[in-house]
Amino acid sequence: MLNFSKTQIFGVAAFLAVVFVGVPLFIAATGRSDFYFTLTSVALLAIASAGVWLTFYIGRINIGQGAFALVGAYVSAILVVKAGWSFWISLPAAGLFAALIAVLIGLPILRLRGVYFAMITLVLTQVATLTALALPITNGAKGITNIPLPGAISIFGIPLVPDFSTLENSRMAFYFTATILMVITYAALYRLVNSRLGHLCRSMQQNEELASSIGVNITYIRILIFAISSFFGGLGGAMFGSISQSVYPATFVVKDSVDFMLNCFLGGLGYVFGPMLGTLVLYFGWDLLFEFGKYQMLIYATLLILIIRFLPNGLLSVRFGKGGGK
Amino acid sequence: MTALIQVKDVTKKYGGLIANNAISFDVAENEILSVIGPNGAGKSTLFKMIASFTPTTSGEVTYQGERISNLKPHIVARKGVVRTFQETTIFKSMTVRESVVVAQHLRAKASLAGYFWGSKTAKDDVTAFEKYADELLDFLGMSEISNEQASNLPQGSLRALGIAIGLATDPKVLLLDEPFAGMNHDETMNMVNLVRSVRDERGVTVMLVEHDMPAVMNISDRIVVLNFGEKIAEGTPSEIQNNEKVIEAYLGSVDDEIGM
Repeated sequence: MLNFSKTQIFGVAAFLAVVFVGVPLFIAATGRSDFYFTLTSVALLAIASAGVWLTFYIGRINIGQGAFALVGAYVSAILVVKAGWSFWISLPAAGLFAALIAVLIGLPILRLRGVYFAMITLVLTQVATLTALALPITNGAKGITNIPLPGAISIFGIPLVPDFSTLENSRMAFYFTATILMVITYAALYRLVNSRLGHLCRSMQQNEELASSIGVNITYIRILIFAISSFFGGLGGAMFGSISQSVYPATFVVKDSVDFMLNCFLGGLGYVFGPMLGTLVLYFGWDLLFEFGKYQMLIYATLLILIIRFLPNGLLSVRFGKGGGK
Repeated sequence: MTALIQVKDVTKKYGGLIANNAISFDVAENEILSVIGPNGAGKSTLFKMIASFTPTTSGEVTYQGERISNLKPHIVARKGVVRTFQETTIFKSMTVRESVVVAQHLRAKASLAGYFWGSKTAKDDVTAFEKYADELLDFLGMSEISNEQASNLPQGSLRALGIAIGLATDPKVLLLDEPFAGMNHDETMNMVNLVRSVRDERGVTVMLVEHDMPAVMNISDRIVVLNFGEKIAEGTPSEIQNNEKVIEAYLGSVDDEIGM
């Protein structure tokens, strides 16, 4: 069922070319290697936003992704620093741990809908921050610092990934790691949405009662989706901690959770690739408005309100029109 | 007559309000049974309990001897007892065909992971679902609107879509919630014929809750009458039409004092 149209194949190829060839060439030409860090952040935030988008897909407004990103960042940091694990193993472990937490929290709260679910998830980020401050293993407000850079991976003696600390340009290495991870995340998301699970999610989003009457185990699907969503959050958070080589309770705060949600709104809830575009626009939009000084927040907020008012289906709706492409 | 569904002493209380009081009756295989009664008689509550959309306070409902009350709706659906809803309960932004395809998910042979990776079983499933969807829509006379988005459909087609979604799950028993409400005479007659063909040609036992008396008298093999949460009568349409209690419930009793 992988019948892609020519436009789709062309679009994906162009996107990959820009990300993996265009951007490095541009940075090499202009010498703006700080762009690597910015774009890496965008890629990681886009991964976490993909998770939020997925919870929207079952009709739940999730403002708690910051909590799972924080969990992921801490799990990876603790495994690497205290248990001496390789970062590459701690990365999926962080995602899985975040997913496990999501199952435990999701069991009671996923029964709620609309604003009630949104409010509870909003609190989650705060709870995660406070928990990180209180627990001995997370080292309180001092956080975990001096996290070593990711080590080498080799299979049967063939080196696949070099040790990041030996690289001259670890920013570029992180950029490629993060973007590859992002591409895999969105490919998986696209596949999920277009497979049976995605169709069941759509049926639940539109009418949970009817969905259960045709035999859909809505509790199971909700938990599964929330777990996958939080897996993405944990993954993004873990990678983020590794790049900044430190994790603090304030690494992800409520504002980040709100941003993850806004990324989805801005890009378009009807489009799998919406949150990716939303993250890019929101991240750069904020930076571009920096020169307005104290009016930065005012202009930013006004623009957001206008966009959501006039483009309720997100930025991608301009390109695809009503209900188009996915 | 073998009982397919048995409703045994089913009671539902909401606080002090008794919505259903010790209701008992059987539904035979391959029959069309209607539950009627004035507004607030407890018909909808009874329906919800049969499909496990709400738990019973006491009593139980069995299907082929197995209890189906106080479970989860999807489990009851898996056993083959499927309810439909009134017209507003649809998958609004899916087309008719998409709705019918998604409703067949109980028939899926491949796992969710199989679908994700695109296994051969999953591909066969999708082909089979689409084929059956077309067949079913053809049977229901809905082929022409199969690519319409559900939210654009007129009321009559929405009812039919509800039945199509229910039938797509391949049920043994279909519970229809007011399938004729808000329809004119011709639409009602079409729907009566449709429901009858569902039973005759697909061997589905049908239970329905309905207000429309002429349609109920026309379509039903048997009728159960509720009033204020109590079962007041059960029988064939002609028995019900001549039942004093039923006439009283619908038209009111003669008040001796004022002589009316």
